[in-house]
Amino acid sequence: MSEAPVLNANDRLQGFLASVPYIRFLGMRCELAGDEMTAILPFAPHLIGNTMLPALHGGVIGAFLEMTALAQLSVVQHTPKVHKTIDVTIEYLRPGRALTTYARADLRKVGRRIANVTVEAWQEARGTPVAALRGHFMLSSDE
Amino acid sequence: MDAPEDAIADQARHMVETVPQAAALGFRLISVGDSRGSILVPWRAELVGDPATDVIASGVVTSLLDHCCGLAINSSKGERFPTATLDLRIDYMRPAAPRAAITALAHCYKMTRSIAFVRAEAWDVDPADPIATAQAAFILHGASAPR
Repeated sequence: MSEAPVLNANDRLQGFLASVPYIRFLGMRCELAGDEMTAILPFAPHLIGNTMLPALHGGVIGAFLEMTALAQLSVVQHTPKVHKTIDVTIEYLRPGRALTTYARADLRKVGRRIANVTVEAWQEARGTPVAALRGHFMLSSDE
Repeated sequence: MDAPEDAIADQARHMVETVPQAAALGFRLISVGDSRGSILVPWRAELVGDPATDVIASGVVTSLLDHCCGLAINSSKGERFPTATLDLRIDYMRPAAPRAAITALAHCYKMTRSIAFVRAEAWDVDPADPIATAQAAFILHGASAPR
């Protein structure tokens, strides 16, 4: 394996996103500005959980937050393996409307084996988040 | 089967088969009634979360558990009415088997006028050996979710 240069963060991120079929199923993508990553989930009809409002499925919002955490971890941890989710607590603050949703992850602590991560998602305004996640992730090693 | 049970089963089928996200994931109704609901999600390649192992994504399990909790709530009310998830906690005990379908069972064990409390489990092969468990709180009348 060749040395992965530090500047390669975006390649690692895009490589992770492209490798996970479920991320393509959601239609999620990520943009990296320096070390700050924003995850983007464009609205699509198959993401709806409530047709009356309409609103995004709660599970979709939870999954998007979790995938944002895993994507952010893929930026800082070079490993070909996918890190494993241990637990997540998802707090729903507002209905997710039929709009593009954005999320950013905050790596509170990245230890040798465990990462503690919080993620917040919003739609029209960052100051009025639709949901937040707090989770623990088991970091995969290179072996 | 008496009429209320028929109504519950019809609502449940509607909820599991026609909600767009549920249909997109291929959810199948297994059972409903007695404040409980059970749904299966078949494995398919586009739902994989770990390409190295072909295991279904934990995000799919999140949607399954959330939906199953809603099904259990509707089963205990005997009608379909809007709910919104307030809080959902999921513990992932172990990865599912490669290419395995996942089944979830949820139980709405307490309902107040405005809040439903639900527990759920998901497994691949044996219900006694779950891959994930969930604890959730839902607000009833989804349109008036907290702002």
